[in-house]
Amino acid sequence: MAIETLPEPSIPITTPLRPRLGFLTATPIIAVATICLSLIIAVAVLAPLIAPHDPLLLAPAQRLKPSSAQFLLGTDGYGRDLLSRIIYGGRISLLIGIGTAILAIGIGLVIGLVSGFFKWVDAVMMRVMDGLMAIPSVLLAVAVVSLSGASPATVLVAITIPEIPRVARLVRSVVLSAREEPYVEAAISLGSSLPKIMWRHLMPNTVAPLIVQGTYVCASAILTEAILSFLGAGISTETPTWGNIMAEGRAYFQIKPSLIFWPGLLLSVAILSVNLIGDAARDALDPRMKQRESGK
Amino acid sequence: MSAVLDIDNLVVGLGKDAKAPRILDGVSLQVAESETLCLVGESGSGKSMTSLTVMGLLQKGSLVPSGGSVKLVGEELLTASDRRLRQLRATTMAMIFQEPMTALNPVVPVGRQIDEVLCAHTELDARARKKRILEMMEQVRLPEVERIFASYPHRLSGGQRQRIMIAMALVLEPKLLIADEPTTALDVTTQKQILTLIRDLQRDHGTAVLFITHDMGVVAEIADRVAVMRQGRLVETGALDTILRRPAMEYTRNLLSSVPSLVPRAPRADSKEPVVLEANELGKVYRERSLFGKTREVAAAKDVTLTLRKGRTLGIVGESGSGKSTVARCIVRLIDPTSGGVRLAGREISELSRRLLQPHRKKIQIIFQDPYRSLNPRISIGETIAEGPINYGMPRPQALEKARELLELVDLPLDAISRYPHQFSGGQRQRIAIARALALDPDVLVADEAVSALDVSVQAQVLELLDEIQNRLGIALLFITHDLRVAAQICDDVAVMQHGRIVEQGPAAQVLADPKEAYTRALLEAAPGRGWDFANFRPVSSGAVAN
Repeated sequence: MAIETLPEPSIPITTPLRPRLGFLTATPIIAVATICLSLIIAVAVLAPLIAPHDPLLLAPAQRLKPSSAQFLLGTDGYGRDLLSRIIYGGRISLLIGIGTAILAIGIGLVIGLVSGFFKWVDAVMMRVMDGLMAIPSVLLAVAVVSLSGASPATVLVAITIPEIPRVARLVRSVVLSAREEPYVEAAISLGSSLPKIMWRHLMPNTVAPLIVQGTYVCASAILTEAILSFLGAGISTETPTWGNIMAEGRAYFQIKPSLIFWPGLLLSVAILSVNLIGDAARDALDPRMKQRESGK
Repeated sequence: MSAVLDIDNLVVGLGKDAKAPRILDGVSLQVAESETLCLVGESGSGKSMTSLTVMGLLQKGSLVPSGGSVKLVGEELLTASDRRLRQLRATTMAMIFQEPMTALNPVVPVGRQIDEVLCAHTELDARARKKRILEMMEQVRLPEVERIFASYPHRLSGGQRQRIMIAMALVLEPKLLIADEPTTALDVTTQKQILTLIRDLQRDHGTAVLFITHDMGVVAEIADRVAVMRQGRLVETGALDTILRRPAMEYTRNLLSSVPSLVPRAPRADSKEPVVLEANELGKVYRERSLFGKTREVAAAKDVTLTLRKGRTLGIVGESGSGKSTVARCIVRLIDPTSGGVRLAGREISELSRRLLQPHRKKIQIIFQDPYRSLNPRISIGETIAEGPINYGMPRPQALEKARELLELVDLPLDAISRYPHQFSGGQRQRIAIARALALDPDVLVADEAVSALDVSVQAQVLELLDEIQNRLGIALLFITHDLRVAAQICDDVAVMQHGRIVEQGPAAQVLADPKEAYTRALLEAAPGRGWDFANFRPVSSGAVAN
């Protein structure tokens, strides 16, 4: 046959498995968010090198000092250096935030994949998820922590549990539509095993939405941890966390509002940055890039 | 007679830059009153782009008309204001689309949607408008116009929806009607009715019609003149008869010779080879339980009995909803049949569990319709083809070696192995899908509308490939299609399905040339362009049989 059909122009593919990081500086606002978050992370990681004082060192003689060359942000009710406590507090917040995101996505992914594929698992699993979603997440976390004692690990678990249903539902919906794709049916008729189909053909479809969801989970976990600490249901007051610092500062709010202002500011900036970056990631990984597949 | 639409040397570029790639390059067309100009070409030829330019519906900023002129009844459209274009659309020019379901608003009754057009462009009061709409709906031969007036789009059939679109387009008696593949999504019998309808309405109203299609059969049915396009350029223009009998350009000749003939190919000698696939009274019933425990049953397939021998091709033809795909999917066990049996090489497989079925799966493979969705976009071609053999225990290096051999078999370059699906055209992707299916050395290949989404020239190549593979490997082919032309050219035997049952079955030469059943006859009657033998540039002589 003499007619050669021209191949359609090849469109550069951005598979979520090879994400481009350009979106981190897509707009000035997102660039600022990226810089803020990088700074917060760097400071938290390097806390032992940066912090001017031991955050736990009690100095009753130095109680509630205002800012000075020795204590840049002053001291708290026990004479501990506020700046050092905030720097160390960021470690817990970020650890809980990132840990929750990873844990919730890992567990939610498995639950979502399985319930998206097997109808009978789906019926049971989704009702369990509905049940979990019906309980206010802070309440559930308070209950878990008070039952099992407060340590970073239990707080992490307590915050993760209410986040799992959101991830599982997302994964399930992606799997439900992806499993109708002919390439999945082709894999079935090629005799591929179910785990292989899930891992190779279904899971990659969930990566893009999960990256986005992960940032939201991270932000909400940071906030929940702060709430738990503030309520006194979180990590013990020995360990500095942003929530703890604010909870203790509450008693001295009228004398020294900066005890609440500075950790609160950092908390807001951290959460806002994570959310903005999540929005940017969503725009960059928009599922509507599917259009490239639809021929015309 | 003056031209209603006069396109002169139209150039549309990708962006404002003068050096930008040209999507349309020097297109000149005229459509006169009461005339139908068919714009034909394969996908990507720029035929839809031409119509969108006329309607002023090009994507702003990215596609820019940079030269030439488009005149509608003497008025220049390229420089017209948006406001003026809005006035002209509906009143002087109107358009109908391929997919009426997406062109209609699903949450507004169809009558009100036509009414919106009248509201926007006329001064008529409500009663006069309704009278006008009902008249129009009768003109497009809709039954029970009062009921349909108040119906939502999803309550109507595909054909009825397209009639509504036509009524909406013609209610203001425009001078120009642009029809962009208006019958492509419809079954042949409905297509025939819609084509006749457009013809009749055109005669009554003297409308100029610009009809865009890829189907030469449709062209032969409806065109007065034909314009052939390729890659944004006009190949040639001429009267229907001239183009079909004496095409001047090589491209047009090739395009016409790629159209499969409706006359069945010469039958092959009867086969004594063993039977590889049997379906016995196969049935599939879908049960739908409503809220109050009432079950509604829909029989998608009923008592389907088929036999396929080694090295032969059995076609299942029928319109949409006839159950042909259901049968294919039951046979491949993508869905479980509710009754009857499937025997693969003598072994009953319809009731095997997933685990027991595993060793039999490799003997029967399937190719799907949509080459854009049947390959995983994230997996390289080599890995895609090697997946099957690896599943059945072949070591990876060997499986990839096999993938290489298969790429050669389906005429693709070897470097394809490390590339990804989006780097290939539709026809090439279908070749990859065929290679993937062949990787398991199946006895039976099921092709579910495997060439329906392809342009005719590519379709001819893929059919040729399937034929060659069958000759070389002795594979049996179960070929599901709605296209009788394709069936006539590739099948030894044909089964015609309607409402989930087989109405007629036998050798292709007999079923398609001398049908016994009324339904088969109706299908053949409706096949567009059945009077033409395109490949030989002449009308079909009566009683002709392929030599």
